[in-house]
Amino acid sequence: MNNLKNKLAAAPYLVWMVVFILVPLLMVAYFAFTDGNGHFTLDYVSDVAQYAPIFIRSIWLALIATVICLVIAYPLAYILTGLKSGTRSTMLMIVMLPMWMNFLLRTYAWMTLLGNNGLINSFLGFFGIGPFKMLNTEGAVVLGMVYNYLPFMILPIYSVMVKIDKSVLEAAADLGCNPRKTLLKVVFPLSLPGVFSGITMVFVPAISTFIISRMLGGGGNLLIGDLIEMQFLGNSYNMNLGAAISLVLMVIVLLIMTIMNQFSADEDGVVLM
Amino acid sequence: MKKLSKVYLGLVLMFLYVPIFVLIVFSFNTTKSRSVMSGFTFDWYIKLFKNEIIISSLVNTIIVAVIASIAATILGTAAAIGINNMKKFSKTIVLNITNFPIINPEIVTGVSLMLLFVFFAARMNLEFGFVTLLIAHITFDVPYVILNVMPKFKQMDPFLYEAAQDLGCNPVSAFFKVVLPEIMPGVVSGFLMAFTFSLDDFIISYFTCGSSVQTLPVTIYSMTRRKVSPEINALSTIIFLVVVIVLVIKNMIERKSTAKVKEER
Repeated sequence: MNNLKNKLAAAPYLVWMVVFILVPLLMVAYFAFTDGNGHFTLDYVSDVAQYAPIFIRSIWLALIATVICLVIAYPLAYILTGLKSGTRSTMLMIVMLPMWMNFLLRTYAWMTLLGNNGLINSFLGFFGIGPFKMLNTEGAVVLGMVYNYLPFMILPIYSVMVKIDKSVLEAAADLGCNPRKTLLKVVFPLSLPGVFSGITMVFVPAISTFIISRMLGGGGNLLIGDLIEMQFLGNSYNMNLGAAISLVLMVIVLLIMTIMNQFSADEDGVVLM
Repeated sequence: MKKLSKVYLGLVLMFLYVPIFVLIVFSFNTTKSRSVMSGFTFDWYIKLFKNEIIISSLVNTIIVAVIASIAATILGTAAAIGINNMKKFSKTIVLNITNFPIINPEIVTGVSLMLLFVFFAARMNLEFGFVTLLIAHITFDVPYVILNVMPKFKQMDPFLYEAAQDLGCNPVSAFFKVVLPEIMPGVVSGFLMAFTFSLDDFIISYFTCGSSVQTLPVTIYSMTRRKVSPEINALSTIIFLVVVIVLVIKNMIERKSTAKVKEER
């Protein structure tokens, strides 16, 4: 009897979940496979193919950003774990603090830095170099991704590394590993689940962003996100096509996540914030 | 080696903070230039506080975040109790669907909710605005509450609830006097997470708020689309200060509580 009542506690949420999580996802599929009159069609899904270059650019830029994040974050996480526990938590807070600012403002900051009249170009102009065109380039988009999503790479790697038992490292040293070998043969393999979590946590938002490309990439560096946004709220208003592109994006992301999840840290390993 | 790692740490911190400090410095600039400081002024702050759109969207943001996170906390905590008592099979299904708003790209969640609202707007008398915004926020908030509360049930002794009833509590008071205090840390952290995500959300709000109601991030976005205005810099400075103060207080509270635990031991 008690059990039954307990189960009923979930009822309001289950209704909510079906109406506002499940049905909207089915809606995406419905709009993707029907035309304006509600008739079944494959036109929109097959139209997505003509945007292949944009998909490839998004995947490529997100991939570069993910690799750069990994290269910056891994040594940083390692250095952080080596600090004394008091300094460590303060340092971690300082590293994560910018993440709490709204990402529009963080991206806007780079807009003002990279512009032709921005601080970097006027600084270079002081020495008679430049001005360089930095804003509205692919490089600026990658920079924006790295700047915004770097904490998402640092945190999971750090939280896995900090849990590595110190005695394991001592054992490695006792058995003849020098510090470099310990890092390579012990710390690195043990930290891999964090690395894989970090990769998904950076890659997924990077591949689907439209703000960073809009603000730092100008009009010439459209990503999948821009394409979707344009179909719903922009100039080329076409919800059915937008739904079809969203569906394809969702499938790509879910595929990547399923593969990555085989290696990732479990919930306990990754703190979301 | 020690020196090298300090240099590295310094470089990364510079990368993270220089853009923000530049924003802050130029919020006091007398001209709109982004590269030359021509003088010191508080004008942009005064303009900011007189900007009705910004103030009203700030109010909207806070109202939506408060209502959505409270609703999500109640809905999510009740859900966690129910899900915890489900059989393994249905539990797995429900948790997997619950995870969708977390793992899906935000733009897909936003678009899917927009399509739902468009569908109903055409058939019922639903308009984009406060209600759609609130529904969207509750929807992406609840999973974080469930995610935070569920592990607390795992840690809890399953017989506590029964024991409370054996000792004369009715099911309701057994829940409020025994179960709720046990899971409270999860409920609180779930609520805080939901609240911050609601405050900070841009993408999902952008697709679900329509044109009548704007949250602060949506307003910031339309400001960055138009001409440059140092008002954004002023706003960034204020937000940065708020973030620093909140995090320092949070850190102090955490330190105190860990120190207390140590003392008690």
